[in-house]
Amino acid sequence: MYALKFNQDLCASCLTADCLVKCQYINVDRETAHDEMMKIIKGEKSFILHDCVTCYGCQEYCPKGNHPFYMISERREENGMLTSSRPVTNLWINIGEPRGEYRVGEIKEKALSCCLIGEFMELARGKLFDGIRSSYILGMEFFCQAVYLHFAKSSVIKERLPRVIEKINQLGIKKLICMHDECYGSFTSLAPAYGMEVPFEPIHYLEYLYERLRELKSEITPLNIKAAYQRPCSSRLSPDKYHFVGDIFDLIGVELVEREYQGDNALCCGEPLRVGDRYELANDVQKRNIDDMVKNKSKYCVFNCLFCQLALSEKVSKRGISPIHIIDLCKIAIGEKGVE
Amino acid sequence: MEYEEIVHRCFRCGFCKFTENYQDFNCPSYLKFGLDTYAAGGRMWLINAWLKKEIKTSRHYAEILYSCVTCGNCKEHCVFTFKEDLLNIFEAAKAELVNTGLIPPSVRDYLNAITKIGNPYKIVQNKRGKWAEGSGIQIFSDQEYLFYVGDVGSCEERGEKMARFVGTLLAEAGLSIGIMGNKERSDGNDVKVLGENGLFLKLAEDNIRNFRENGVKKIITLDPHAFNAFTKEYPKLGGNFEVWHYTQILSTLMKDKKISLSEYKVKVTYHDPCYLGRHNNVYNAPREILKCIPGLELVEMNRNKKNAFCCGGGGGNFFTDILGAGEESPGRIRIRDALDTGAEILAVACPICSKMLDDAVKSEGLEEKIKVQDIAEIVNAARRNPTQHLVESV
Amino acid sequence: MIDFYKSLVEIVGEGHVSNQAEELYFYARDSGLMPIHKPPDYVVAPKTTQEVQKIVELANEKKIPLVPMGGGMSLAGLINPLKGGIVIDMKRMRNILGVNEKARYVIVEGGVSQGALGAYLERNYPNLRHSAVEAPPATTIASSVVIHGQGRLTQQYGFTSDMVSGLEVVLPTGEICRIGSCAMSPDWFSKGPTLPDLSGLFLGWLGTTGIITKVGLKLYPKKKIRDVEMFVTDKADLIPDILFNLTHTEMVEDILIGSQSGIHFDPPMFKGYHYVTLYITGDTDDELEFKRKMVWDSLKEFRENKDGGFMWVLPMIKPGLLEAPQKWITRTLADDKKGGGFTYSGPIVLIEKYPLFAKRLEEVGDKHKLDYAGLARVIGRGHAMMFGFGFPFNRVDSDLMDRVRKALHELIVFAFNQGGIPWKPNIEEQKMAMERMDPNTLKIMMMIKKNLDPNGIMNPGNWEVE
Repeated sequence: MYALKFNQDLCASCLTADCLVKCQYINVDRETAHDEMMKIIKGEKSFILHDCVTCYGCQEYCPKGNHPFYMISERREENGMLTSSRPVTNLWINIGEPRGEYRVGEIKEKALSCCLIGEFMELARGKLFDGIRSSYILGMEFFCQAVYLHFAKSSVIKERLPRVIEKINQLGIKKLICMHDECYGSFTSLAPAYGMEVPFEPIHYLEYLYERLRELKSEITPLNIKAAYQRPCSSRLSPDKYHFVGDIFDLIGVELVEREYQGDNALCCGEPLRVGDRYELANDVQKRNIDDMVKNKSKYCVFNCLFCQLALSEKVSKRGISPIHIIDLCKIAIGEKGVE
Repeated sequence: MEYEEIVHRCFRCGFCKFTENYQDFNCPSYLKFGLDTYAAGGRMWLINAWLKKEIKTSRHYAEILYSCVTCGNCKEHCVFTFKEDLLNIFEAAKAELVNTGLIPPSVRDYLNAITKIGNPYKIVQNKRGKWAEGSGIQIFSDQEYLFYVGDVGSCEERGEKMARFVGTLLAEAGLSIGIMGNKERSDGNDVKVLGENGLFLKLAEDNIRNFRENGVKKIITLDPHAFNAFTKEYPKLGGNFEVWHYTQILSTLMKDKKISLSEYKVKVTYHDPCYLGRHNNVYNAPREILKCIPGLELVEMNRNKKNAFCCGGGGGNFFTDILGAGEESPGRIRIRDALDTGAEILAVACPICSKMLDDAVKSEGLEEKIKVQDIAEIVNAARRNPTQHLVESV
Repeated sequence: MIDFYKSLVEIVGEGHVSNQAEELYFYARDSGLMPIHKPPDYVVAPKTTQEVQKIVELANEKKIPLVPMGGGMSLAGLINPLKGGIVIDMKRMRNILGVNEKARYVIVEGGVSQGALGAYLERNYPNLRHSAVEAPPATTIASSVVIHGQGRLTQQYGFTSDMVSGLEVVLPTGEICRIGSCAMSPDWFSKGPTLPDLSGLFLGWLGTTGIITKVGLKLYPKKKIRDVEMFVTDKADLIPDILFNLTHTEMVEDILIGSQSGIHFDPPMFKGYHYVTLYITGDTDDELEFKRKMVWDSLKEFRENKDGGFMWVLPMIKPGLLEAPQKWITRTLADDKKGGGFTYSGPIVLIEKYPLFAKRLEEVGDKHKLDYAGLARVIGRGHAMMFGFGFPFNRVDSDLMDRVRKALHELIVFAFNQGGIPWKPNIEEQKMAMERMDPNTLKIMMMIKKNLDPNGIMNPGNWEVE
């Protein structure tokens, strides 16, 4: 049985309590933050368990890498607390059950993981994915499980993630390019936090993309556009890879607009809030986020996560901003796609 | 019968009869008779009944099967996963009838004419290339493109005129083209859809051998039916050529300004031929040609592109005339569609559509209101220096 | 008989009549599970009311049964002739005769399809809509009203028959009759009131009292934006209160409740869940969001108890849910068994019975080892619901078809025992209904039929007492 590797002494001696002080959805001072965190660690009741919106932010804010959000999720489940409704939670759990319907390409040592999202197979076309596209995995059997953090169902992660890792390992994959930010976070942050060994090397697709763009540098025509970037929640699990967004933008001639809700102050796309039944907060967060993009004259809103894209595309379009996935933006830069 | 395991899956829901937005019924045979048996769902249920021996082969059963103009509207709009095989199923059912010999007389006559003489017009082979006389279009020797004209383009008056317009235009735009002339054989597309697979195979194999022997690598077709056969069926028999419909080539020539044009102020609407549009997804090229003509106003019919209403000439009906004439015949319905746009010219890109729709104009008594013209003819009219022999033939 | 055939040809023209085996085969049946009785002797497709009238007069003279038919999609065998005769396929009568925009009604001929009317309004009167049904688009407006169909606007405005604003009918004795305000006015704004309401003589009678050749149909405001939300619960017991709260807001358009067995998936991951699919409309984003808030707030108690929640309706799923009709329903249900078969029975009953009905469906479905779908629709402001017991089947699997028939029979008996009434009843359900009916009510029904149709030619065998 896997248990969360959590060092309560690190929290007890923390001077900043940044995990909760910096939280964008809960307003607490350092003392309250520290006290509530200690309550959570000890298994006592805390309003934080109710008010946390599952944005993953505290995973990044914690200066000690002590997994505050994973701890919150654990305690919620232990207390029988649900974030979303019971039927919606159970449906998501049911949907994630492997059913023997998966696809595997011509697997080499390096492979692409499309998780359970077929759209990644469409995105992974063209020169940027030459030589790697045919080596892919897709299906529920390879589902990274991280989404269950939103549902306070760490038990599902603990049960299924090891099987997913084993399935990938059995295919002989040594390096796995994770097309979804969340998968990368799952293998590099979530799995180790629970003591699960990951025998292959996860590669963030943005890192892969950056390297590939450097190889194709002569084919890049700078786009000369201003764009906002929608940072997904899962990016908080791999903050060391965040710089690749800026690196890629520099290569392809995209000016990342300076705005309020970016970097570690990025706002959630809002849908996890809505699924967690915080309807008004979801609307508020989305409005503030998009207002911020408009105010700073973004022509594009660049997405990393397909779910963020589904959540916000129509809304940004209505405000005159073109939604685009970062991979598609790179394709335009190398002349493979028309300007949307 | 091939596809037997699919036939019972039809729900007879009727989506197959409609356009995408349900504004009209879009199945020509169904519109003609108003009986559900003449729609795709009806045919599926009858074929199923025939397979289960609940109905027998009969003249009427054959008539229902052969009344299908293979326009593909059903395939386009059926909601089920087997939709792609609808026309294949009808073809297989017709093949069963061909095997028993119980086919409508007009179908039999058509197939006999192709078998014995090589075309449905019973024009002897050594006169097949006559249409090109005086046009300057060369016989194929080693040109870059074979201009394949087909039965209607070689033997039928309006088709021949269209062939001359297209061939001359392409040649004068600098394209290296040649024709088979008297050596040309029927492409076999309509033979196949009528269920005579054996004859189709012979025609196709003869053509493939003939093309190869003559060093043909690239083919431009006049007729979308031939385009369909050469792109979809011939490769299965080893006949791999690069094939275009003439509108695709003409569109490129016009965009590259290889044809100089004057202003031509005219309102035109374009009819999508089924074998170019729905069957092969070529919708833009013909429109691009028309849009290149300065002064020309292109308007769309209500039912266009993948919702275009068939002229009624497909499925062999051009020759077999099973749908017959009358106010509810497809050609006349389509002309009324065109008239509603206020267009002066109904542009076509298929010699079968050309004849069907021109006849319909006459039946509707609309000669003063609208003309049916092939795209090449419209382009010629807009040329700075239109080819004289073409002008005289209008 | 050759003379009779010739007479029909003279009325409708060659090509629109048939006595051939192929038409008689096709028109003897529908795509449901009801057995064939006596195939028709003729099929005709008239184009005008006058042609219909002549056919009726001829049939009366020769005492030949008449079976009027629209799209033929009731799945209840209502157009399967029970005693042979002439099937009158109304679909050639497809002219849309006009719209009174300010009074919001349209007049259509008896064969105008749901699809054509929807497209016509979209194109010419984008601020008006009719209550589009979920059945395939070839279903006719006339047949929808004849069977008391339900559609997008049923929660707000009732059955499609409630939306009739006038009728033209050819009586079984051949007279052409106007019903409603149009009987004495050029305007078709009322199907009866404030005159004696004669529309009741023709609506719900399954073609046994006359042939509808024109329908006046009420239209309703069409807003620019339409959106959908899906609320899910795993407790069927909560559905009545959920629906009560939703209907109280008066903010919602259509409300559908779906449940299913293991269709498509093994293990059945959707079994035991009840999906309330509800639609909202607005002319502006503000209006829509206001309604959405009202809807969310009305279900606050269920959300707070975590007993139910709104699902994220993904943008790629939404277009399918917003279509009219929803093609995915036909596509997934009718070919689920790769056999082109789907049938259902949809009795009308109080909403408070939902938990019982959902449970019974599950029990009967499991007992007969069937995949099933529960499809309920709210009628009026919760005055009742249609609860559909739906079963996919494979046309070549006679054992499966048998089990579906048995299941449907058990369920309809149950539904009647729970105070339900049948919707578009097949002949078996009609008989059961008549057995349970107040004898005096039944007497009136028979008296009306006898007087309107003295020769008993109109869709005989239906609504008949032996």
